[in-house]
Amino acid sequence: MDRTGAQIIWECLLREGVETVFGYPGGAILPTYDAMTEYPIRHVLVRHEQSAVHMADGFARASGRTGVVVATSGPGATNLVTGLATAMLDSIPLVAITGQVGSGLLGTDAFQEVDITGITLPITKHNYLVTRAEDIAPAIREAFAVASSGRPGPVLVDITKDAQQGRATLDWEGAAPTRHLRHIPPSPSQVDLDRALVMINAAKRPVILAGHGIQLSGARAEVLALAELAQIPFAETLLGLGAVPASHVLSLGMMGMHGESWVNQAIQEADLLIALGMRFDDRVTGRLKEYAPNALKIHVDIDASEINKLVPVDVPLGGDLKQVLQALLPSVKAADHTPWLERIRSWRGDSAVRDIKNLPDDGHLYAAHVMHDLWKITKGEAVVVTDVGQHQMWEAQYYHHDGERSLITSGGAGTMGFALPAAIGAKLARPEAEIWVVAGDGGFQMTFAELMTAVQEGVKVNIAIINNGYLGMVRQWQALFYEGRYAATPILSPDFVKLAGAFGIHGERVEKRSDLEAAVARARQQPGTALIEFKVEQEDAVYPMVAAGAALHDMIRRPSPSPIAETGADPV
Amino acid sequence: MSHVLVIYTDDEPGVLTRVAMLFRRRGFNIHSLTVGPTERVHVSRMTVVVDTDEATARRAVEHLRKLVNVLEVQQLGHGRNVVRDLALLRVSTAQGRSEVLQLVQVFRANVVDIADDSVVIECTGSLGKIEALVDSLRPFGILELGRTGAVAMARGLRSEATNRLAAAAVVAPGSTGTMSV
Repeated sequence: MDRTGAQIIWECLLREGVETVFGYPGGAILPTYDAMTEYPIRHVLVRHEQSAVHMADGFARASGRTGVVVATSGPGATNLVTGLATAMLDSIPLVAITGQVGSGLLGTDAFQEVDITGITLPITKHNYLVTRAEDIAPAIREAFAVASSGRPGPVLVDITKDAQQGRATLDWEGAAPTRHLRHIPPSPSQVDLDRALVMINAAKRPVILAGHGIQLSGARAEVLALAELAQIPFAETLLGLGAVPASHVLSLGMMGMHGESWVNQAIQEADLLIALGMRFDDRVTGRLKEYAPNALKIHVDIDASEINKLVPVDVPLGGDLKQVLQALLPSVKAADHTPWLERIRSWRGDSAVRDIKNLPDDGHLYAAHVMHDLWKITKGEAVVVTDVGQHQMWEAQYYHHDGERSLITSGGAGTMGFALPAAIGAKLARPEAEIWVVAGDGGFQMTFAELMTAVQEGVKVNIAIINNGYLGMVRQWQALFYEGRYAATPILSPDFVKLAGAFGIHGERVEKRSDLEAAVARARQQPGTALIEFKVEQEDAVYPMVAAGAALHDMIRRPSPSPIAETGADPV
Repeated sequence: MSHVLVIYTDDEPGVLTRVAMLFRRRGFNIHSLTVGPTERVHVSRMTVVVDTDEATARRAVEHLRKLVNVLEVQQLGHGRNVVRDLALLRVSTAQGRSEVLQLVQVFRANVVDIADDSVVIECTGSLGKIEALVDSLRPFGILELGRTGAVAMARGLRSEATNRLAAAAVVAPGSTGTMSV
């Protein structure tokens, strides 16, 4: 009985290797905050608990380590919900610790009592309600094990105030987790591995679908070995960008709704798809009935429930990607797919003329120019943290990510307001990295209070606000599918330069492409957080686009002002 | 088509919620769900009958296997199982008690309570047998009907799943039942 529950919490976090937590104090978590000062753990005070989860999420995505959040009961806990769902959908390891009312008050609708374990049941991998000090260590240890093992995800530990105040002996060894081992990742059968090998070695038009699982499994080298040996081009999901290098000669680029047309065309014409750590989200498949109709499909995923969920596959390879590829590689035969690669290249050539970055510089500032130039200026070496919407897709199209963990973005949930807090978390995880926030004027206004967190914590991130005066992606859908009725999409913004001034950070506005480079240079030179507002073309749209529910090859192309582009035969 | 799933879980508060929530969340349609203790302490056993196609049933199994509180999931094959349901029926005897009692005998059911104008009948059996009894008694007037839902077990030797369960012998931390929800 040598420690309070609160001390056990910090002791456990310390032993789990935690150096930084993101949180916000309140009544039911106060005993834990009171004990915090005794431990060498950095606490980042956020301005809203949702941002605390996004920061921990950005921290985890940038580093591969488990992010940690602390919040109080009631509204403190419910404010975590969006962040937890974001992490759940993108398989991000997080541990959230929430205070709860005293165990004697549970179920009485006490002040700031909310059933957070009930609320977060479907958006966490697992959660705990701890009511006794002696149960804290087993719960926290298991939470870390569950969060980071298998397919990662968020775990919540709700700890009553009396459990934090009560005393117990910390039995670290006795608290060692075992239950996460119950569901050891499956390993594929030799029969299935052999069937996969036959297909890979026989394929004439193979494509690798490269997903987030490559990053999570640390399988980049194996994926590239497979691609290079068998000369298989790879297409990336949004979260797969950076998992494999964009500049690789076999990299096709992003697939799906806003993937380049040659990428989707390659998938539709492929005779074999090798899906690696991706889950056939509706944003990458388009209409399922017409998805890659000619292709055999091999699906490698650590989560067996993802296999055959949406796309029926010919060979299911459940297991850890790195291990599965290591098992396959020795029997993969070197191949030459020159005709196939040439064919894809010819589609690409046609698309390039429609590429916005090749448009004449007519004085308008296009978001795509901003992304392209930012990529050039930072030599593609920055960690870019995006928000959600048009700018996110332009970033994915025009900032070419070679480095692992160099793009941080909310994919599955599409959570606006994610970028700024996630970027602060990413910077704290990787202080040496150059971090760029790319956010729209809408999403940035959701969480810009965290600018003050960045200032208070002395964190430097660079911020590019892509301001088009609209909730641009929704406006684009309204323009294309709702006859141009812009319901609730025009959005006013504050004077972002003055706003930066109010937070005491550097801020400036760019309206011409010719001013971009110098402004970016000034922002990078600032010792602290710096903000640039880019006033871009208001009604630009992201192309190409597969309408929701349309077949993947049925793409809406950029209307080209150039007569040259219209003369080429369009294969799509 | 109905599929029978047998799920071994930690005997902890909230586990039923987790399983039920999973079925709701993924849109799997539960026909019946029963839960009770097993031969092992701290381990509960659920029998869930789902009305769905084979692929969906298999997906349900994979989802269940991801729950931390789930030790083992077994999808029973068709025809090789013992599936039993228990029903209690309060049946009116206004049209004559003896005919009701005859039916009870035919179905090898039991009368467990007799009142002036009704009896309570207990019947254990396959889902089909119980449905047949219910249909036969309906003309007399079923005043009240309660059913447990199916409990199922594979025939023959101890199943592979049970063997794995015994071999794993993973003990839940804090299995006092107070830690987890």
